[in-house]
Amino acid sequence: MISYLEFEKPVAALESRIAELRTTAAEGDLDISAEVTRLERKSADLLASTYRALTPWQKTQVARHPMRPHFVDYVRMIFTDFVPLGGDRTFGEDYAIIGGFATIQGRKVMLIGHENGHDTATRIKHNFGMGKPEGYRKATRLMELAGRFGLPVVTLVDTKGAFPGVEAEERGQAEAIARATEACLALPVPMVAVIVGEGGSGGAVALASASRVLMLEHAVYSVISPEGCASILWRTPEKASDAAEAMKVTAQDLHGLKVIERIVQEPVGGAHRDPEMTAKMLSNALVEELDKLGRLSPAEIIAKREERFLAIGQD
Amino acid sequence: MSWLNRVRNSLSSLGAAKEQIPDNLWIKCPNCGEMLFTKDYEANLSVCPRCDHHGRIGTDARLSQILDAGFQLLPSPRVKDDPLKFRDSKKYTDRLKAARAANPHHDALTNALGTIDGHRAVVGVQDFFFMAGSMGVAVGAAFVSGVERAIKERAPYIICTAAGGARMQEGILSLMQMPKATVALRRLRAAGLPYIVVLTDPTTGGVTASYAMLGDIHIAEPGCLIGFAGQRVIQDTIREKLPEGFQRAEYLHAHGMVDMVVRRPELKATLAMLLSYMCNKAA
Ligand SMILES: [Zn+2]
Repeated sequence: MISYLEFEKPVAALESRIAELRTTAAEGDLDISAEVTRLERKSADLLASTYRALTPWQKTQVARHPMRPHFVDYVRMIFTDFVPLGGDRTFGEDYAIIGGFATIQGRKVMLIGHENGHDTATRIKHNFGMGKPEGYRKATRLMELAGRFGLPVVTLVDTKGAFPGVEAEERGQAEAIARATEACLALPVPMVAVIVGEGGSGGAVALASASRVLMLEHAVYSVISPEGCASILWRTPEKASDAAEAMKVTAQDLHGLKVIERIVQEPVGGAHRDPEMTAKMLSNALVEELDKLGRLSPAEIIAKREERFLAIGQD
Repeated sequence: MSWLNRVRNSLSSLGAAKEQIPDNLWIKCPNCGEMLFTKDYEANLSVCPRCDHHGRIGTDARLSQILDAGFQLLPSPRVKDDPLKFRDSKKYTDRLKAARAANPHHDALTNALGTIDGHRAVVGVQDFFFMAGSMGVAVGAAFVSGVERAIKERAPYIICTAAGGARMQEGILSLMQMPKATVALRRLRAAGLPYIVVLTDPTTGGVTASYAMLGDIHIAEPGCLIGFAGQRVIQDTIREKLPEGFQRAEYLHAHGMVDMVVRRPELKATLAMLLSYMCNKAA
């Protein structure tokens, strides 16, 4: 059962009409196949045209869609032999940020990413994808491990932001993020980051200071959530749509600003409509990027990554 | 006045900026409300003689408090204004214009080269009075150029941080200054040069989560706010009262995030002492 976003209501209406017709057809022997085909075409066209013209705020909602595939789904669909590794060796384990050895199309990598959970119980377990200092410190630890053993790093970024809580602040949320960012930049191995859902602020950049940064077509990446920006600059979260527009949060905008290198296409109607197809396209994009970077020496890898960040916004 | 009260009251210190413009003969301490003769207050390094509140100070005051006379202001790289063509209730270009009209500097971070009790250093100051010290491309570029100058001079880099948050009007480009500044710091470290962070009120958001927390030494001014997440955001998330002194310098010291809390009159001597230990490798 698909859950529809507000702006998908016309599509929802058509799809439910189609389902109704099918039920009616199954009950009687009315021949309605022509009508169903017509409506299906209409619905598909409407979905495609809606998704071609998504506003930044609509994309934010797609990026946060409750059925959008997450880290654990991509692990299942893209990677084999995943060996999750836990703990920061200082304080604890953080299920909002998961990582471990993994294999993608025969290539061994270190895989790290945010996991949001998919129902109430798992969302609480994974703290809605909001990492705490121990999560970022674990990521640092795993990146250092990857660097030492020559494993490229792949990150899947999907977070509203780092957890805003008293304990997180006490344990040095800021320091943990700063060190994780630094760990990305110090890697003598290739690092490819993908913003697969929402890339929120420092909690995202800590896992995305990579050699190459990719975004799924309808993912968003920003310095503050549109609601947060609207609350401060427009003095009401109601203006989130304006804030999303003004801040340039979409993959297409960020590609134009040279903040990301590549946009990975999503199936028509968004990743949640066809997770398998999304995973396949993402897997191929990742392998292409890893293979390109694999030809560079460790010194070149570090230098190029540094140049990448020094150049952003400078032209 | 007790320290706890001071912490409570300093939440209202956001309103202090206006009161501290030195044209006024008198100034009201934003913490204890004492009316102070501006000249005396400034002679006291903008620290209230009654309650020891450390008032916010601008770039030039900070530099002259830390550096020996005769320091040299360094030019900051010019970057494109308003890369996103951003407008909320006002155009970003208008906000920039207003900030520049009210401040002697072109953006929120300025570097200077000089000596601290004879020890050569490049000192960067982030100015809360320029758009709340927020970090945009200009701030990131100035930070990088300050660090690069330090490497060229074989001198330590000292940054006095202050940031109320991100330069939201520069969107993602503001966020990208975090890794950018970090790249520069990696080079400073590779050059074997010290990096000292002086955290001043307030240091929050992406600045805290990048160069403010990567120092070899972290010094904080008494009572200053230091944090990643904003207090209102945290309160909305946890729906509990925040602990006393939360995110204040003393609290961060107690939690192991800063080496020391240093009163402003002792700051220069403290920096000189630190540099005497850290800068004795042959250049
Ligand atoms: Zn006072």
